[in-house]
Amino acid sequence: MHEMALCESILGILREQAGRDDFSKVERVCLEVGPLSGVETDALRFGFDVVMRGSLAEGATLDIVTPPATAWCWPCSETVAISERFDPCPECGSHQLQVTSGEEMRIKELEVS
Amino acid sequence: MCTVCGCGPGETRIEGAEKRNGKAGGAVHSHDHDGHTPAHHHHDAHDHGAAGHGHDHHHYGTGPAGTSVPGMSQARLIQLEQDILSKNNGYADRNRQVFADKGILALNLVSSPGSGKTTLLVETLKRYAQTRQCYVIEGDQQTANDADRIRATGVPAIQINTGKGCHLDGHMVGHALDHLAPDDGSCIFIENVGNLVCPAAFDLGEAHKVAILSVTEGEDKPLKYPDMFAAADLMLLNKVDLLPHLDFDVSTAIDNARKINPNIKALSVSARTGHGIDHWISWIDAARIMQLAGHPVLNAAE
Repeated sequence: MHEMALCESILGILREQAGRDDFSKVERVCLEVGPLSGVETDALRFGFDVVMRGSLAEGATLDIVTPPATAWCWPCSETVAISERFDPCPECGSHQLQVTSGEEMRIKELEVS
Repeated sequence: MCTVCGCGPGETRIEGAEKRNGKAGGAVHSHDHDGHTPAHHHHDAHDHGAAGHGHDHHHYGTGPAGTSVPGMSQARLIQLEQDILSKNNGYADRNRQVFADKGILALNLVSSPGSGKTTLLVETLKRYAQTRQCYVIEGDQQTANDADRIRATGVPAIQINTGKGCHLDGHMVGHALDHLAPDDGSCIFIENVGNLVCPAAFDLGEAHKVAILSVTEGEDKPLKYPDMFAAADLMLLNKVDLLPHLDFDVSTAIDNARKINPNIKALSVSARTGHGIDHWISWIDAARIMQLAGHPVLNAAE
């Protein structure tokens, strides 16, 4: 996708947060990246190391949490697990699904010093 | 790599972090004792200071703190829960506000390269711009060719070259709006960089994403690039004049798009013959009325 761009965005947020919360070094970044976010986590890790070089987050550990992808099935009226956007409902086979989680692309927490 | 993307890191640099980082070497944590840093509560440490390390004053995890600078506070946790694209979304919200204030309908046209996006837009403008003031924001990695083609129709256009970037972002569109200074009640077409992947994630403040799929591309494209078809409200099947020469099955393509997005609308068009352009224009008009219901520009014009 655009993992480098996402890493630039993360760095921007870290810098802004450093001003707000008075820290000068980021030790660990924990991201929440849903399976439907379109983000390739390997590419994100690669981009992270490259983009953070020479910054306040150089050498920081990158933890990626992957929440499950779920959708609301209208015919079944319940939440079901999916793995891809085009998956049918595992219960009834319908495609009348509305994705309810799995699109997350968020910085959850930072460990800083 | 998209160093320009969605985040305006430049601003952040100027405003705070760089300055602070710059002085960090000399005056690390000169804010000591202002009481808001949990890690400064040294004397609370002893009850849980790991055996034999009471002098370390570790408060939040011992792993990363091992690398801390002597005299500086230990690592601490900051719960952020911030969207990675929050900067872009902020710019997009500002654009959206401009569109709302001025009664403008903005559409974000997305497709793979070569789907006939620009040709379709030119044909659309030839008709639609006769009844309504239109503007075009063109996104391409290089060249101003597309903006030139649009300007030939008499419609004001601005070209954004993203360089190595693979998508337009909210910040770029905001600058383009400053240059275009669009009239109230007008319609803005944003032709994104030809790419079915990245533009899906970057909100520009538009009312709708419109995905253009040409029938030379294969019915399974919505399944191959689900994010874009999930984000789009309308799919235009372009180049349908070529259907007699192809094995492309229109209903399969639409079914595939609806597997991804049950609410997506689909229209068949041909920029070359003009087939379906009227339907597309009536969709634009309907979208405009839905978007601007209650806005004075509608009462004045309609």
